[in-house]
Amino acid sequence: MPVPDTGDRWSGKVNEVTLGATKEHGGTRGTTITVGGAQVMPFAGEREKRGRRPVIAADVLDAVPGEYPSTLVEAYKDVLEDPGAWAVKAVNECKADLICIKLDGTHPDKGDRSPGEAVKVVQAVKEAVDVPLIIWGSESDAKDNAVMPKVSEVVKGENALLGVITKDNYKTLTAVALADGHNVIALAPIDINIAKQVNILASDMSFPLGRIVMFQTTGALGYGLEYVYSIHERERLAALGGDKMMAMPTIADVGSEAWRAKEAKTPDAEAPDWGPQDERGPMWEAITAVSLLQTGADIIRMRHPGAMAVVRDYIDRLYA
Amino acid sequence: MIAIGERINGQFEDVKKAIAAKDKKVIQDLAQKQTEAGARYLDVNVGTAAADQQAAMQWLVTTIQETCKTPLCLDSQKPAVIKAGLEVADTSMGIMLNSSPLDKKSDPEVLDTYIGMAKENNGVLITLTMDKDGVPQNIEKRVEIAAMIVGKAMELDFAVDKLYIDPIVLPVNVPGAQTQPGFILEAIRQIKILSDPAPMTTVGLSNMSQGTTERSLINRIFLCMALSAGLDSAIVDVFDDQLMNVVATTEMLLNKQIYSDSFLKAYRALQTG
Repeated sequence: MPVPDTGDRWSGKVNEVTLGATKEHGGTRGTTITVGGAQVMPFAGEREKRGRRPVIAADVLDAVPGEYPSTLVEAYKDVLEDPGAWAVKAVNECKADLICIKLDGTHPDKGDRSPGEAVKVVQAVKEAVDVPLIIWGSESDAKDNAVMPKVSEVVKGENALLGVITKDNYKTLTAVALADGHNVIALAPIDINIAKQVNILASDMSFPLGRIVMFQTTGALGYGLEYVYSIHERERLAALGGDKMMAMPTIADVGSEAWRAKEAKTPDAEAPDWGPQDERGPMWEAITAVSLLQTGADIIRMRHPGAMAVVRDYIDRLYA
Repeated sequence: MIAIGERINGQFEDVKKAIAAKDKKVIQDLAQKQTEAGARYLDVNVGTAAADQQAAMQWLVTTIQETCKTPLCLDSQKPAVIKAGLEVADTSMGIMLNSSPLDKKSDPEVLDTYIGMAKENNGVLITLTMDKDGVPQNIEKRVEIAAMIVGKAMELDFAVDKLYIDPIVLPVNVPGAQTQPGFILEAIRQIKILSDPAPMTTVGLSNMSQGTTERSLINRIFLCMALSAGLDSAIVDVFDDQLMNVVATTEMLLNKQIYSDSFLKAYRALQTG
């Protein structure tokens, strides 16, 4: 009698989502990026079933906050006021796969910059680099509903990834992304049930499930990373189990979360025993990122060039 | 749960008439509507009225597949009728054969025949916990027959998880049969631990309520109980919306589906692709 094959078999697969559009497809990007496609748990099955290589998105901010960590200021000191140049540096020097324009400065409490100012930033980055783009609002519902339709129009045809839709605020951005041919990021606050519900709500508006990327708010090392880790695992298990409402690839916001940790942002003078901030900060970011890569996260948003280099090397080795 | 739509069966008057009159529309509508209601397979049974069962099976298969891509579940106790269906069926989407007992007095090799046809067509097979002595009335004999079926599948190199074992549901209102639902639940539990990977399980649900009042209620409640015991599949009336909601809710409560506020809708979307 033959020995039965008891290997894991999954009926489902993570959706493949392509970001960016080249000239032939109506955009101006030099490359496109496809994420997702996994048919096994991360690194737990045959190589050819692991899906696409995870990618790094470098953050470019529309406005740098006053208390920005000095290590990050130092890394981008010549370009912090110039989003286009910032994006070029991130692509050329940090080898970022794509750029995430984070419109924090439009938030009513963080500068309240106008939709017109946001449009200029997006236009500048779009023209400066030809990698695919992520455009992420300020997560102020009312403001995002005013800003995102304008910036979406600027990148119409570029097949960008726009964020974020939530359970309570999804209609405007979903409709805009549908009209302008973009993809959307669906946010849930570390809540698998809400994640599924947001996907259903978008799908009820006829938004294709294959153009959604899921975002469970990220927690850095020491600040809830384990919750994020297990929810990413559950999302992957649901996708592999055949739940089409949960088969989306995932994105993690490592950069801003890691640099909110006191271990990363505290200057040397205030923590002389912790080692130099220029090392511990990027390390905090890199460790958070590699941990989440092990959950199968498909897109990692990052900030420090040194951290990005470490994570890129890690991805190269895992996918060699 | 893998729902097998029960409606294309010659025992239903509309289907019987459609077969006699070669009325394609009735059959194609049933196929389409059952698919929309969540059927993952469509049972195809010519019933007993057709003079030429093989020809009727071929007509049904061809008629359904003209307009519908849902995998079929060819249902007959006669291997020749199944074989006739397979000759004309597109099995590329999957195919289920329904069904074979362990053995029959008149045909000791019947299971070999059905497994052979399933293997040849890369299909799955429903087998009944029934042998030449008939339908067992207790748990032990049901599980014993299931174990022999699993052994036979392994011997013939047929993947055990392509076996759908049916512990045979009997009408609850038959004198003395009220112990049977409990026996069936326990048999399902035991069949699911016979091997690893485990065989699949299925039931012909509507049999349970045959001739009773409150048919739908009995079907719904028993299905919920059987799913809790590990049932994987059932031949059901997919047009019973409340029954399908019971399936969605039971699977959610068993943590087989992730809860969301729209979980009923999400379940339907999952079933209908």
